[in-house]
Amino acid sequence: MGLSELTALELGRQIKEGRVTAVEAAREALERIKDLEPSIHAYVTVDEEGALKRAAQVQKQIEAGTLTGPLAGVPMAVKDNMCTKGLKTTCSSRILYNFIPTYTAQAVLNLEQAGAVILGKTNMDEFAMGSTTETSAFGVTRNPWNTEHVPGGSSGGSCAAVAAGECFYALGSDTGGSIRQPSSFCGVTGIKPTYGTVSRYGLIAYGSSLDQIGPVAKDVSDCAAILETLAGQDPKDSTSVRRSSYDFTSALVDDVKGMRIGVPQSYLGEGLDLEVREAVLDAARVLKEKGAVVEYFDLKLTDYAIPAYYVIASAEASSNLSRFDGVKYGYRTPDYEGLHSMYKKSRSEGFGPEVKRRIMLGSFVLSSGYYDAYYLKALRTKALIKQEFDRAFGRYDVILAPASPDTAPRLGESLRDPLKMYLGDIYTISVNLAGLPGISVPCGRDSRGLPIGLQLIGDCFKEKDIIRAAYAYERTRNREMPDMSYPDLHSGKEEARS
Amino acid sequence: MSRQYETVIGLEVHVELATKTKIFCSCPTAFGGAPNTHTCPVCTGMPGSLPVLNKQVVEYALTVGLAANCQINQYCRFDRKNYFYPDNPQNYQISQLYLPICRDGWVEIETVSGGKKRVGIHEIHMEEDAGKLIHDEWEDCSLVDYNRSGVPLIEIVSEPDMRNAEEVIAYLEKLRLIIQYLGASDCKLQEGSMRADVNLSVREAGALELGTRTEMKNLNSFKAIARAIEGERKRQIELLEEGKRVVQETRRWDDNKESSKAMRSKEDAQDYRYFPDPDLVPLVISDEWIEAVKARQPELHTEKIIRYMEEYGLPRYDAGLITSSKHMAGLFEETVRLCGRPKEVSNWLMVEAMRLIKEHEMDADHIRFSPVNLAALIRMVEQGDINRTVAKTVFEEIFDKDVEPEAFVEEKGLKVVNDEGALRSTIERVLAANPQSVADYHGGKERAMGYLVGQTMRAMKGKADPAMVNQIVKELLSC
Repeated sequence: MGLSELTALELGRQIKEGRVTAVEAAREALERIKDLEPSIHAYVTVDEEGALKRAAQVQKQIEAGTLTGPLAGVPMAVKDNMCTKGLKTTCSSRILYNFIPTYTAQAVLNLEQAGAVILGKTNMDEFAMGSTTETSAFGVTRNPWNTEHVPGGSSGGSCAAVAAGECFYALGSDTGGSIRQPSSFCGVTGIKPTYGTVSRYGLIAYGSSLDQIGPVAKDVSDCAAILETLAGQDPKDSTSVRRSSYDFTSALVDDVKGMRIGVPQSYLGEGLDLEVREAVLDAARVLKEKGAVVEYFDLKLTDYAIPAYYVIASAEASSNLSRFDGVKYGYRTPDYEGLHSMYKKSRSEGFGPEVKRRIMLGSFVLSSGYYDAYYLKALRTKALIKQEFDRAFGRYDVILAPASPDTAPRLGESLRDPLKMYLGDIYTISVNLAGLPGISVPCGRDSRGLPIGLQLIGDCFKEKDIIRAAYAYERTRNREMPDMSYPDLHSGKEEARS
Repeated sequence: MSRQYETVIGLEVHVELATKTKIFCSCPTAFGGAPNTHTCPVCTGMPGSLPVLNKQVVEYALTVGLAANCQINQYCRFDRKNYFYPDNPQNYQISQLYLPICRDGWVEIETVSGGKKRVGIHEIHMEEDAGKLIHDEWEDCSLVDYNRSGVPLIEIVSEPDMRNAEEVIAYLEKLRLIIQYLGASDCKLQEGSMRADVNLSVREAGALELGTRTEMKNLNSFKAIARAIEGERKRQIELLEEGKRVVQETRRWDDNKESSKAMRSKEDAQDYRYFPDPDLVPLVISDEWIEAVKARQPELHTEKIIRYMEEYGLPRYDAGLITSSKHMAGLFEETVRLCGRPKEVSNWLMVEAMRLIKEHEMDADHIRFSPVNLAALIRMVEQGDINRTVAKTVFEEIFDKDVEPEAFVEEKGLKVVNDEGALRSTIERVLAANPQSVADYHGGKERAMGYLVGQTMRAMKGKADPAMVNQIVKELLSC
């Protein structure tokens, strides 16, 4: 088995045992990046020099016995909306094409303290707005399972990089499904933690009240171990919470006996692809066979989640993104006359169409006379959705659902119909509105060979419930990785079939 | 003017709080410093940075709110005020719109007629200051200094309860005294740590509805405020008299030209798209916190005046004047503690110190001499070591250089000459040299004696005890 097929924890163990060094691991990952990037394009920036230097430093610390964690020396990638000191951070936007932060995001710092080696920054939908990674200003990322298809988004670069073995794990961020949906499209595992679990300090905000950083990896064990390192109360983030425990790995037990699992009927209805439905229901059956109590139930208000989400997230984004004005950093238009012309032209030229669409939407719903009708109403809807989930978690430990109504669409297919793209977030968005934790684990592939993701949703601060259920389910399956020997051939295969 | 008009005035006062660090980060608030040195990712609006509320700001806002008899919103929040301007690094200001920390308070002012009047406080809210723009004419570019960005402010919004400039000044003085006594700010109009915008409208006397108001900005002194109020009142009345209407707008006062110019009207007012800042959690102020702030509340201006009258027996006027500066009141209390004689201490401060303050065009807060030296001076006068004339000279030295009076008097040889023999012979010489005055005195001109005493003092270079001189002159004249 090649190094790239190892999970993060497996590699960490090998480094610890001295069977491979951190430098060798980094070099191998960088080699693979060089080979695969022309076909996948998961990265915006690859930091070869920094990664090798850092790997050497980490290796020394490991040998000196000062770094003993399970992830020490493991090469990883960071989504390009998290600040990394001295390393370009673009949010895949032209407006930040040259932005080099003066500080590192707290979540990334936490991983670095545990010996993470950053290979580079991964591609994403511009400012995390999108579900396909196609809104990136620096080109699309392709799905390693079939390069004619999107990897999902917005953390598409992170998920594609993990799937293709271009890193051993990655950080993503999830505002409306941006970790879970691309994880499902790329056949990898990703967790969106409870809001407030991971510090947002240094995460370039999209929708501040919904954004949360989380891990993307090859399996549930990796995700639990990474989350354990990532999480922690941060005095620099007022919305981060002090949890009674940051232990997640003790939930890695193959036992779901008596676990109460609810499946929302409304998540299985119209719009759900039949193959996805079949795979998800099959996963429910597996968990039932393992001793869980599985029931179908009625989760109300799901229809209102998408409009509420787009109002809240866009409102916050319209304000969050106003700092990108060409004054202090990033892109400034070369020709302008006076301040307003500089603002207008820098922003018109610096932002892509999807970002502009959401800034306009957000500015509209916050404007005087509309605030109550849109923004306040959306906040009330959010509170009601949270109540619905509270009620559900009175009866169930875990809610089981698809991560996405479909498998990965072909490149260019979604952007033609933004409304349809927004509807694709239907199963993931409520989780952000309610601040809940959710995980996506692979649960099969469709007839075209594209991965399907199973979503498990837990109550606030109950990551351990979803980790336990996901782990038990994962134990019944073999881990699959796309064959990357001739990545571009996949598309050919499909062309021939259709 | 055929009709009678009433002026209606409300104030928006911004006060820079005296915290050591900024409102949402730990950068220093200290004035000065090279541009962009008191900055960090938070106060320069770097991507990904997040605000964390400085508790001391809340504490100061609470003390001011409680002193101004406000209701405290125990569940309050911060909102974003969105507008594009380069001095505002995030292009939104974190402020409070929907749930400000304090509401519905009042302060009491004295009116011109000597009566008392309450001015209502509509609300007090916390917010951050912006940076400073510097327009470089030479290079034809603009630069931004973010040192001031994130310095904490409170904005105190009054009800439209004032009717003339005197009331406005009395209200501002009252606020300044309250806030200075609380230690929440130094409240200097000239330096910008206190800024006032004046909302003014006029209406026909007896009318119930308010007229259309304007907002006046750029008022940097009490005098400018008084002039701006008068100017705007006249301008609005003239418009109405001509049958025109007042436009709701923001105007900028030019104190040199003594006139104002429209900046922007309500029609092109910006929509700030306020909404609760999702980066800050709601602020919950417990009963215990409020009680703790109340318990720490220092003695305020009005309470001090009453105590000075009761405890030290000072007249109302003296007590008012001494307490008009917290620093001066502190100096007074400390001096009295050292040497007693409150009336004497108060006289020195009210007469001599005030005179010098005026002469030097300085602020009472900048008096730098030590109460120990003033107390020593008072003791020396009391013991007859120096006379009052010398004492005034010594006081000036204390005021300017904080000299120790004993050493200074010793060094300059200013001690009163109590040697009766020497004094007597000097007076004899003076009388001999002024036969006309002696004759005048004997002829019934009492005033002549004053002249002779004065001549003696001059001969003694002021070092004689005037009472003794008086007595000896009288004695020698009558023999």
